[in-house]
Amino acid sequence: MHRLLGSRHVLGWLQVAPLALVLVVFLVLPIVMIVTVSFWRATEFSIIPAFVWENYEFLFGSSVTYRVFLNTSKYAVITWALTLVIGFTVAYFLAFHVRTLTWQVALFLVCTIPFWTSNIIRMISWIPFLGRNGIANSTLISWGVIDEPVEWLLFSDFAVILAFVHLYTLFMVVPIFNTMMRIDPSLIEAARDAGASGVQILWNVIIPLTKPGIMIGTIFVVTLVMGDFITVRFMSGSQSANVGRLISNDIALLAYPSAAATAVVLLLTVLIVIGILLRFVDIRKEL
Amino acid sequence: MSPRPRSFYILAAFFGLFLLFLYGPTITIAILSFQGPGGGLTFPMRGVSLHWFRDLFEQQAVGDIWGSFRRSLALGLMVMVTTVVVSVMGGLAFRRRFHGSGLLFYLIITALVIPSILVSLGVGLIFSQAGWQVHWATSGFGAQLTWTLPFGLLIMFAVFNRFDKSYEEAARDLGASNWQTLRHVVLPIIGPSLIGVALFGFTLSYDEFARTLLTAGSYNTLPLEIFGMTTNVTTPVLYALGTLTTVFSLMIIALFLLLAWVSARRKARAGSDAGDGLR
Repeated sequence: MHRLLGSRHVLGWLQVAPLALVLVVFLVLPIVMIVTVSFWRATEFSIIPAFVWENYEFLFGSSVTYRVFLNTSKYAVITWALTLVIGFTVAYFLAFHVRTLTWQVALFLVCTIPFWTSNIIRMISWIPFLGRNGIANSTLISWGVIDEPVEWLLFSDFAVILAFVHLYTLFMVVPIFNTMMRIDPSLIEAARDAGASGVQILWNVIIPLTKPGIMIGTIFVVTLVMGDFITVRFMSGSQSANVGRLISNDIALLAYPSAAATAVVLLLTVLIVIGILLRFVDIRKEL
Repeated sequence: MSPRPRSFYILAAFFGLFLLFLYGPTITIAILSFQGPGGGLTFPMRGVSLHWFRDLFEQQAVGDIWGSFRRSLALGLMVMVTTVVVSVMGGLAFRRRFHGSGLLFYLIITALVIPSILVSLGVGLIFSQAGWQVHWATSGFGAQLTWTLPFGLLIMFAVFNRFDKSYEEAARDLGASNWQTLRHVVLPIIGPSLIGVALFGFTLSYDEFARTLLTAGSYNTLPLEIFGMTTNVTTPVLYALGTLTTVFSLMIIALFLLLAWVSARRKARAGSDAGDGLR
């Protein structure tokens, strides 16, 4: 018994047993279930075990699918670009322009606190800004920029992306700041001594060294946006669609096999994207 | 100190705007939740009152807010405790390679990147096909763990990457058993970071929406209840509720940060606990 416990493999598995149990029951089995059900048949009232490809045939045969996947990628790319620029700038300011550690920690915490509050309430809180009689419209009118309220502020793609950026920029700031803090200051000093300008240091030293953080942030933002359905539904006022909404609409209609087929395609898409991104970064090493 | 370059002021202004962007909307609804009884969802304020907060306490006006709050609180605490315990055990295990550790690591990453609605859908399907009732404390609990555990584990990985193993070696050289080393050396050192894991566990659970959507059953958690309200409530009572739960979240965050600060201070002041292991 003692020797058995002494083996690192046995001890390791004893320690991860609860983790493995949770992941198998609530992650692996659900994925297996979704893949299985995606081959089932649906009637109006129930779902019937079967092995048919009709859910996938319908999915790939419909032009809506392609449009929605394209729209989802559009949200992902635009949100990614905006969160990257904003997140990098914020992290750069915190890491290289704030001089004392106390202030760095304090300002970093101020940036992360909203992450621990409710996303839904943070979405709701855009209503008074973007609504027809909201702050944005009345400000623009009082400045004379526009004559009457613009309608496309709330319930539009603009609002969706604004909310995404609002919710997810944090996921860029944190990993980028983390990698920036590990950059050896002597490297930057060396670059300066060798005659590099501020911009050259940023471009040739800091950005290359920050790439792992950028990759981790990218993984978070892209997967969160691609898997989202609630932000798109709420902020577009049900006028735009992404893949997540396609799935949730099917669920609402109790069309589980169809929802499952869409879910499988979405999961594969996300995993392929992550697989590509993971080639550029070793997450374990970066923590 | 050298004078600050001009880029500092530009970046500081950018940072200020970013904070305004982050907090502005939340502050706005906090102000608007004090609308007078005749006020609407946007400015101008028509008087200042506690009318909408009072509304929250009248059951019939807004559904089962307090019941859902109690459920979210209980679920958050369950998820928090489980996340801390399981993450610490997992973190300890992952310090050394064991058969299948690579595979398990990729499962953790999968849990992190899988669209939440898939977990919701999959768990819901399993329960319905098995003929079990979905309930927030069973299916909802498990579905939320797939979101909180990866965060807890990533924090533990980061902590153990920075952990100085010579402390453990010293303990072992002095004759401490494995358990004594863990109890008197490892856990006290990683203690403050467990507060961080607990904070993630609680808040991520308390605010989770998508993973509980199809797994909570007939009794809603608070985020589900709030989302339900967005479709049929068009008065500032929505803001009042949003303000209250945000204040609650902020209090929780402040509590955890305070705990972390106090424990860091205590560690710095108390320094050594040499000899405790022999008691």
